[in-house]
Amino acid sequence: MSYIIDRRQVSKEKSTVNRRRFLRRYREHVKKAVSDAVSRRSITDVDSGEKISIPSRDLGEPVFGHGPGGRRQRVFSGNKEFVAGDRIQRPQGGGGGAGGGQASDSGEGEDEFVFQISQEEFLHYMFEDLELPNLVKRQLAGSDSFKRVRAGYSTAGNPSQINIVRSMRSAYARRIAMGGGLRKRLRAAEEALAELVEPLSEADRARREALEAEIARLKRRRAAVPFLDDFDLRYNLHVKYPLPTSKAVMFCIMDVSGSMDQETKDIAKRFFILLYLFLQRNYERIEVVFIRHHSAAKEVDEQEFFYSRETGGTVVSSALKLMGEIIDQRYPTDEWNIYAAQASDGDNWNGDSSICHDLLVDKLLPQLQYYTYIEITEGERQELWEYYERVRERFDDHFAMRHLVERGEIYPVFRELFKKRMEGEA
Amino acid sequence: MSESMTERDAAASGIAGGKRRQPISTGSEWTFELIEAYDREIARVAKGFGLDTYPNQIEVITSEQMMDAYASVGMPIGYHHWSYGKHFLHTERGYKRGQMGLAYEIVINANPCIAYLMEENTMTMQALVIAHACYGHNSFFKGNYLFRAWTDAEGIIDYLLFARNYIADCEERYGVDEVEKILDSCHALMNYGTDRYKRPYPISAEQERLRQKEREEYLQRQVNDLWRTIPKKFEEEEERGRRPNFPEEPQENLLYFIEKNAPLLEPWQREVVRIVRKIAQYFYPQRQTQVMNEGWASFWHYTLLHQLYDEGLVTEGFMLEFLQSHTNVVYQPPFDSPYYSGINPYALGFGMMSDIRRICENPTDEDRQWFPDIAGSDWLETLHFAMRHFKDESFILQYLSPKMIRDLKLFCVVDDDEEAELEVAAIHDEMGYQAVREALSAQYNLGSREPNIQVVSVDIRGDRSLTLHHSRHQRAPLGEDTEEVLRHLHRLWGFDVHLHSVEDGDTIFSWHCPPRDDD
Repeated sequence: MSYIIDRRQVSKEKSTVNRRRFLRRYREHVKKAVSDAVSRRSITDVDSGEKISIPSRDLGEPVFGHGPGGRRQRVFSGNKEFVAGDRIQRPQGGGGGAGGGQASDSGEGEDEFVFQISQEEFLHYMFEDLELPNLVKRQLAGSDSFKRVRAGYSTAGNPSQINIVRSMRSAYARRIAMGGGLRKRLRAAEEALAELVEPLSEADRARREALEAEIARLKRRRAAVPFLDDFDLRYNLHVKYPLPTSKAVMFCIMDVSGSMDQETKDIAKRFFILLYLFLQRNYERIEVVFIRHHSAAKEVDEQEFFYSRETGGTVVSSALKLMGEIIDQRYPTDEWNIYAAQASDGDNWNGDSSICHDLLVDKLLPQLQYYTYIEITEGERQELWEYYERVRERFDDHFAMRHLVERGEIYPVFRELFKKRMEGEA
Repeated sequence: MSESMTERDAAASGIAGGKRRQPISTGSEWTFELIEAYDREIARVAKGFGLDTYPNQIEVITSEQMMDAYASVGMPIGYHHWSYGKHFLHTERGYKRGQMGLAYEIVINANPCIAYLMEENTMTMQALVIAHACYGHNSFFKGNYLFRAWTDAEGIIDYLLFARNYIADCEERYGVDEVEKILDSCHALMNYGTDRYKRPYPISAEQERLRQKEREEYLQRQVNDLWRTIPKKFEEEEERGRRPNFPEEPQENLLYFIEKNAPLLEPWQREVVRIVRKIAQYFYPQRQTQVMNEGWASFWHYTLLHQLYDEGLVTEGFMLEFLQSHTNVVYQPPFDSPYYSGINPYALGFGMMSDIRRICENPTDEDRQWFPDIAGSDWLETLHFAMRHFKDESFILQYLSPKMIRDLKLFCVVDDDEEAELEVAAIHDEMGYQAVREALSAQYNLGSREPNIQVVSVDIRGDRSLTLHHSRHQRAPLGEDTEEVLRHLHRLWGFDVHLHSVEDGDTIFSWHCPPRDDD
């Protein structure tokens, strides 16, 4: 006796929990790999998974076993030329290979255990690094960027979605279709019966019996037509509809003067990635403009932006000016949502900060959706910070600034931005 | 080889219905109706050969689900643990790179017996798996003495469910990390969780649940008795000059010993130890019957499908596809081949099972001399007897024939680290048959495959330390994991753990956890 069961649709991904446990146990390795990947990747390329590799010796499951050595006998197959008593050179590579199948299964000379994590997992570890709260993680990971809208009716669905009116209507139609012929015959039989009048002949009596039997049979059949059948059911159909989106441009502005070291740039890079991810979920098309500056500003590609070094003074206003020019030339404000993120260590040329203030207040901020400034330094606040404070006082809902030392502090800068966004949507 | 076997099968089976019929199917696509039809025919033929099976539950699954099944090492319901996740990732990677095909059969020793069919496979492969798993392995599970004694096919699914729920419950109550620690430690000792010579009680989930509370209390009381800090009785006995050793006899079942005696474990931790121990016990027979189990299943898929062919129920195309797969599975690469990874249990098992049939049906003089009691006997009866009453070790010792040794060209090599060269001790010739047979049998002896480690004493009155002895055999030392495993043992025991490697009464090497300064 056999039962055959189709299991394909059910109990999928039974190993998900175990997989998560595994990642959890080795989260340090995974985090490091993710962190390396973030530094390596382009900020517009955060939408894929990552290959993680862990040294095999770190994931052993130890058991008691025999080590090499001692005297042991082993049987092999496929003898060609040996006879009893032959002496053979011990093969190189430690004690004559594997001790049966077991050792070779786990060994195979691979020092690294390599596996793939999904984009979702990748973002998870990146966010964990940045200490993002869950709500924001969900926003960034994009699971909420669809709206469910009605899309007519379907014949399959979930019981809670049954549309009663439609179901009853099609049941009614089916009952008419299935019962129509019966009803006609029933009416005919009843009329024929009514036509028979007393006194009845022998033949009439037989006919009456036949008619009565026919009527009873037809009534039974009519009663057997179900009131509601499976295929009458209609369900409300919903489809996911992407939220209306539009175009955005993101300006990344960074100070590349000698005082900015690679670590500081890495923190800045994470900040830019976050902003990019956020925009990506909210806008259909995004362009990124990189502006780096020391005493003069220049529009560059991403590689140069993060990894080339320059020396010289620091004039922040040069970058702001350039940004203004680029906006005028390429990004008319009626078509583009403009975001800007600036990272710096706070240094600026004496007297330049007031120019920055004026530029921001008079020209840039009225055009921008949002401007974020992060200052990554352990040192004292400087003039630039003070002037930016004044900007914030005037444009509180357009302008966020934050001072930070470590990665985990990036998020608070974002919080205000997200708060505003989510309130806007709600 | 297959050619001549086919003829012999047809001539000798005696059960073959002579009439040719329409083949069940001709294409390679499978449908549920076809699977049912094949299963019906295979069941009928299997019954004709006297295969006694549990009912089958055949589940059609995707390749991803197959990887799941792999990762959970053959437990249809497992508790959660990172190591299964690791196995999954490992399998997934191998499969995606095309390094390994998924083995087409995973079968679970339960009643009903669960077997998996992968949806990607052709009809031929599905029929092969049905014959192999649902009738081969299944009848082995039901018939072999080790499985009968050590596992309870009725209760296993319920027990696994109980285990998973219990562990999930513990995770909720005590935290995932705490539970994971205990499980890690238990897994390290999993091979030391069975009594080799004592017959266990079969497990029953219902009883486990009912008694669990009771047992917790009882166990704790027992432990408390052992560790009573006012050891009046001991003192009295000591006064009489007779300090009892605890345990009285060396204990080989380390997990059992810990479950019953570890001083510091919480009741739930003891229960977790017990769960791992019970599951180890469930897998214990499988570790000792790999050659026989695979051999038996392969022999039967071969015989059953040939029977279908002889009856005209399957086409020649079907047989060609089947034989190609079959030959791959039972191929034994020679020792110097890059594909060599030890003796292939399918090849050895299938060869020996077929060979027993040959000895019964067409014995040579040599066979009559080596196997006087089975040469010329009824093959079906002899084969069933062998399946029921042996494990790999004894099966090889009893039935490995000179012809098999010649066919596989087996030879035996002695590797002695005190000698500069290896020595060929015996080959497939008149002088060597017995030695090769014994050496191969010993290779499948769990007792020599795994180091012999036993608890010898506990310092009950003193520092509560646990002392174990490793009985060294032919100077084979312990592997490099030893220290790591001792740390796990130490975690469970809670006090110092000492392990001495002993040969001929001399202590060769000692480990201590925590390590001593003089190490």
